[in-house]
Amino acid sequence: MLLEVTGLNKTYGQGPGATEAVHNLTFGVQESEFACIVGPSGCGKTTLLRCLAGLLPATRGEVTLRGQRVDRTPDDMALVFQEYSRSLFPWMTVRENVAFPLKRKKHSKAKVKELVDRSLTAVRLDQFADHYPWQLSGGMQQRVAIARALAYEPAILLMDEPFASLDAQTRADLEDLTLQLRTEFGVTIVFVTHDIDEAVYLADRVIALTQRPTQVQEILDIPLPRQRDQLTTKELPEFTQLRAHVYRLIKRPDEVSGRQQPSALTRA
Amino acid sequence: MSAGTAQPAAISTASRRPRLRVPGAVQGLLAVIALLALLELVTAVGLLPERHFPLVSNDLKTLFDQLSESSFWSAVGETLHAWAIGFAIAAVLGIVLGILIGASEELFAATRVVIEFLRPIPSVALIPLAVLVYGTGIKSAVFLAAFAALWPILVQAIYGVRDVDPVALDTARAFGFGRFQRMRYVMFPSAVAYVVTGLRIASSTAIILVVTAELVIGAPGLGKEINLAQSGNDLELMYALIIATGLLGWALNVAFTWIERRTLHWHPSQRPTEGS
Amino acid sequence: MSLSLSRRRAFLLALEIGTPILVVVLWYALSANSTSFYFPPLSRMLDSFKDNWLFARFSSDVIPSLVRLILGYVISVAVAVPFGVLLGLSPTARRATSPIVEFLRAIPAPALIPFGIVVMGIGNTMKIFIIVMVCVWPIMLNTIDGIRAVDPQLIDTAKAYRTGTWDRLRYVILPAAMPQIFAGMRTSLSLAVILMVISEMVASTNGIGYFVLQSQRTFAIPDMWSGIILLGLLGFGLNVLFGIFESRALAWHRGARSAAR
Repeated sequence: MLLEVTGLNKTYGQGPGATEAVHNLTFGVQESEFACIVGPSGCGKTTLLRCLAGLLPATRGEVTLRGQRVDRTPDDMALVFQEYSRSLFPWMTVRENVAFPLKRKKHSKAKVKELVDRSLTAVRLDQFADHYPWQLSGGMQQRVAIARALAYEPAILLMDEPFASLDAQTRADLEDLTLQLRTEFGVTIVFVTHDIDEAVYLADRVIALTQRPTQVQEILDIPLPRQRDQLTTKELPEFTQLRAHVYRLIKRPDEVSGRQQPSALTRA
Repeated sequence: MSAGTAQPAAISTASRRPRLRVPGAVQGLLAVIALLALLELVTAVGLLPERHFPLVSNDLKTLFDQLSESSFWSAVGETLHAWAIGFAIAAVLGIVLGILIGASEELFAATRVVIEFLRPIPSVALIPLAVLVYGTGIKSAVFLAAFAALWPILVQAIYGVRDVDPVALDTARAFGFGRFQRMRYVMFPSAVAYVVTGLRIASSTAIILVVTAELVIGAPGLGKEINLAQSGNDLELMYALIIATGLLGWALNVAFTWIERRTLHWHPSQRPTEGS
Repeated sequence: MSLSLSRRRAFLLALEIGTPILVVVLWYALSANSTSFYFPPLSRMLDSFKDNWLFARFSSDVIPSLVRLILGYVISVAVAVPFGVLLGLSPTARRATSPIVEFLRAIPAPALIPFGIVVMGIGNTMKIFIIVMVCVWPIMLNTIDGIRAVDPQLIDTAKAYRTGTWDRLRYVILPAAMPQIFAGMRTSLSLAVILMVISEMVASTNGIGYFVLQSQRTFAIPDMWSGIILLGLLGFGLNVLFGIFESRALAWHRGARSAAR
């Protein structure tokens, strides 16, 4: 396992006024896997992601990356937030934004330039290196954030609802771009979303969460062909079935409480 | 999603580091007492020359004695009097002119450069003129205060009227609000936000100018008394009066900040940025 | 439609440029035959402006004033920004110092001049001290607000990429707070001019403020007016310079704001 979450609990406050955001989570993510964490709205996904990234200390339990306990963001982990406009620095150009995290890696200038150029080309923004983020559209800005994460050469990429504030068509483009980059850069991806379609379409494995206080409801493999396509993949009967199953897990958990799952598809 | 976590996140810092929570006001009070004690100590042991810095306790005692002197209160009254008239003139002129200019493209274009030129002129440059035209009495103080306080109000009013959210105006129009109703319900509340801020700035500008007039040209009031105390070498009285002037300025500030909060409770600038 | 729109725009532009010119021309024409002692003809004011400031009294009065102004202002910025950053980052320090700060900044600054004279005499030190005592507050309070308002997501991003504390301050927190720091610096610039003038009027042997008041006291009215005009030009000119400097330094901010509309 690359990333392991064991008995993770996050409680805000103390005593009678305390709110338990995450009750008890245990799961793992394997090397070069694409894992989607999906759950009902307000189930503490962002809390979980901040714990995974070491930005928020857990109340109980722990997160480890390659066996090392995560208490701040590890060196080979990169993050992409939902609000691209608030995570890119408006006073830096696209190039400066992408290069900024590399500052402390003590690369040579040539190496930095190479990394930045390569990741900007990968997200097809090499023409816009000297623009400022606010001169770009939302989808392009999020691509800058992705390029910044890739240039950092992470082993694992955490994405927090990265496409939630984009329109449907841009979102589809960026989903495909993400799949392509994952192959090209061989990076492990943990992708948090509330969009069931998106989760099933992207993932090798879906980790479905319950309402607050959050637990793992079910972990299921997505045995769809690795090469995905917005049209043909989504037309597959397996896709429809999986989608419906995850939908039930998230929206009507009572109906599946008996755990009557399509057994062929599930591995708990 | 993020809405669900934003608020508890602020609580978490408190829960992570459990500690004795001292209310902010008490902390501030303790700091004031500590500073006064420190000043008292340095003057007492002679680190600061006593020739220039009498004991802080003596300054405060003098201030306390002043509180029962009618001459002190009449000086406070004269300062406040000049402040109030100057401020009122500036407020009326500023709001009326500001709304007129802000509502008309033509007037805005015609006055923009003139205002931009007049506004940064240091109002104190007009002190000699004020003396010539209005003499050394309260009139000069009022004129200077009104002139200086006019600009922040005028400029805020102009931009307040001009900065009304066009979407809000369109919404009102789409719901069939007439011209007058749009002014009353959309333009007015939005401009008020700016004007109230302008009034707060103008209030402190006006008090500065009143004290300046008292100090420089000898209009009656606290500034003149400070000057007299200094030239009479009564340093304890001088410091007491400076503290009193500071408290007066502070009280005006508190009052206007309170008004601003009350009026603008809905405005984004008034939302707390900190959870605790 | 577009023709009438562009004609209207041209009309507005003509108004914007024409009115100020008209005001000056009218002033010149209407005051030409003025016999009022206090309001001499504009031409006489301009004559004495030329006699005094181009450049007879430039080094004796203008230079000393500018030196006080610039030194006071630079010291203010150098003191206020670090303290503002410190207080912006530490809620405890902020709570503890808030009553002291609120009181000091509420003192109408001229009231401190007698104090300055007692302690420092009437030299440059006193004048610079007075300028600093006034100019630090707007810069410091704006810096505090700016630091507090930095988007937590930007800080999270920097943390997630393991940016060190110093780099985070230098490349993330300070630039994000810069627009507000500049707002404070702009306010303080006009305060600096005002305090320079007042301190020169109350106690000085040279400087523009001293000259203006002396002219009034000796009833050299056109000289007085020439000084008032010079102060006006100085205030306006500094404002313009600051505007240019600001729009360079904050080009990203203006762009980002207009993009957000």
